[in-house]
Amino acid sequence: MNNAAGPQRPADQDVGEEGRRDWFGPLADSDLWHDFVRTPSALFAASILGVFVVAAVVPGWVAPYPVFDLTQIHLIDAFKPPAWLPGGDLRFWLGTDDQGRDMISAIVYGVRVSLFIGCAGVLLAVLIGVTLGLVSGFVGGWVDGLIMRIADVQLTFPAILIAVMIDGLSRAAFGAVDYERLAMGVLIVAIGLSGWVQYARAVRGATMVERGQDYVAAAKLMGLPTRAILWQHILPNVMTSILVIATIHLAVAIILEATLSFVGLGVPPTEPSLGTMIRIGNDYLFSGEWWIAIMPGGALVLLVLSINLLGDFLRDALNPRLR
Amino acid sequence: MLSYIVARFGQALAVMLVVTLIAFLVNAFLGDPMVAILGVDSTEAQRWALRRDLGLDQPLAVRFVTFLSDVLHGDFGISYRLGRPVEDVLIERLPATVELAASGMVIAMAVGMPAGVFTALNRDGVASHLMLSASLLGISLPSFFMGVLLIWVFSVSLGWLPSYGRGETVTIGWWRTGLLTIDGLKALVMPALTIAVFQIAMIMRLVRAEMLEVLRSDHIRFARARGLSDRSVYFRHALRNTLIPVITVIGLQLGSIIAFAVITESVFQWPGLGLLFLQSVAAADVSMMSAYLILIAAVFVAINLVVDLLYLAIDPRLRGPSGRERGTA
Repeated sequence: MNNAAGPQRPADQDVGEEGRRDWFGPLADSDLWHDFVRTPSALFAASILGVFVVAAVVPGWVAPYPVFDLTQIHLIDAFKPPAWLPGGDLRFWLGTDDQGRDMISAIVYGVRVSLFIGCAGVLLAVLIGVTLGLVSGFVGGWVDGLIMRIADVQLTFPAILIAVMIDGLSRAAFGAVDYERLAMGVLIVAIGLSGWVQYARAVRGATMVERGQDYVAAAKLMGLPTRAILWQHILPNVMTSILVIATIHLAVAIILEATLSFVGLGVPPTEPSLGTMIRIGNDYLFSGEWWIAIMPGGALVLLVLSINLLGDFLRDALNPRLR
Repeated sequence: MLSYIVARFGQALAVMLVVTLIAFLVNAFLGDPMVAILGVDSTEAQRWALRRDLGLDQPLAVRFVTFLSDVLHGDFGISYRLGRPVEDVLIERLPATVELAASGMVIAMAVGMPAGVFTALNRDGVASHLMLSASLLGISLPSFFMGVLLIWVFSVSLGWLPSYGRGETVTIGWWRTGLLTIDGLKALVMPALTIAVFQIAMIMRLVRAEMLEVLRSDHIRFARARGLSDRSVYFRHALRNTLIPVITVIGLQLGSIIAFAVITESVFQWPGLGLLFLQSVAAADVSMMSAYLILIAAVFVAINLVVDLLYLAIDPRLRGPSGRERGTA
């Protein structure tokens, strides 16, 4: 990261010496790092998110107990309140759930599922959106018209309805038993298919601007195939906006997954995400065991909040107009 | 301009036709109504007889035309899950959702707009920073968890408000309202708040951003130069100019409020369309799902159409030859 580079808009950059741009060049040349270490909210968000990511990638390091090992779970430990409350057990800081599982460990594995589905869904949306946006902007004509009309139509419906619909249709199509196995995949597809439009629009707009530039004409004259022009020359110009959209989309996607799981349309209880845990805990809310629902909920809010804070920071830091 | 209006109507119709086609295909290919109607014990011959009676042995195109004409006549078929005509159930559930969505929207606007103006005018105040942080929390708080929190605090811990249902309702004509009884209003508070929280945060951030944009513009500087009072500058010259985009977005948000109502209704067991839809999805009640799909699409397409046409009426710049591009971009 280069602090001395000064504000530089991606479009101002020259084509590299080898005629090929670095994909993340605009990112490296921005003042991102400089801004980052001077924004307390961004630092705060990044450190929290860091903990969550470590927990998700290597849950064994963070979780005090393995939640899937049935020999380690004892029903006698069930419904223990958090350690600071009367009846609490120092072995379980945040208490235990209805099965006697340690809440911290369960949350760690829940975060893993939530983050995985969220990231995979966003990745799918990026793939679909970027591809369609590039094609739409570069080819133009009726292809562009068709893709953008589909985007218009889809944009009229909120993502959550589209996702519920996809879920319901696959449930009807696969039957209950197969559905259980496919639930995670269905969720990822639902998130991906309900979120691609923003990427497609951003990429299309940038592509249409860049298409007419001299360097694209030069690349064409050099005989580069269209595919190479799109991926190596046009895409780097929109990487920053894709990154910003993707960060905010990740927060939305995680909420979407949690919501679907909460209403019972998401991942099955055998592999609980944070949303599934809140749904299970919700049943015990009235009998006084509030922590079973509230603790995973708190983790979910913290996770989404830190991603949103980072997204806000990225949007402000990468937006040349706000400098 | 006329051609734009005609094209826009055409587009709306096309969307509805496509959605109806999807709903029809869902109906035709997913789930076997024969088993649901006749029971698992029915013989193959019985099922074939019923198929013929229902016209299910006809070619697909013929069936689509029949389906389309049925839908246009308000006939959505029989719910497999409830064994009742779909349209009857929908009409019965409609008032609950409309009252919930409307009260959520009213709360959101009543809180969100003043908060947005306040934070824009006092950019660096402590209160503004607090409100902005709170709005970020509001956006990060999934609405279903908001509902769980409210139930935990106000129903379980304090015992002030009921945690499920609509409470006591009064029937006026076919409309069952919960707005006229204390019990009904008490039941409405938490679901409406749950819906409102996200919208408050969104409206506040939007109004703030628009106000900041407008306050920078020349006509505000000029109004100040004329020596107008702050009040007049802020409310007559600045706020008015922010209202167009704000009202547009709020209009479009009506759609997302209906979407969020699905979740909120599930948390509070609110007997509206959203809960009905979720129950239908979970039970793979295909005819109910496709009817809901068509209904919701109609609502959304209508909202979008009205917003687009309003824009045209409000903003003269969109009426030029290139107006179409700007209007849809």
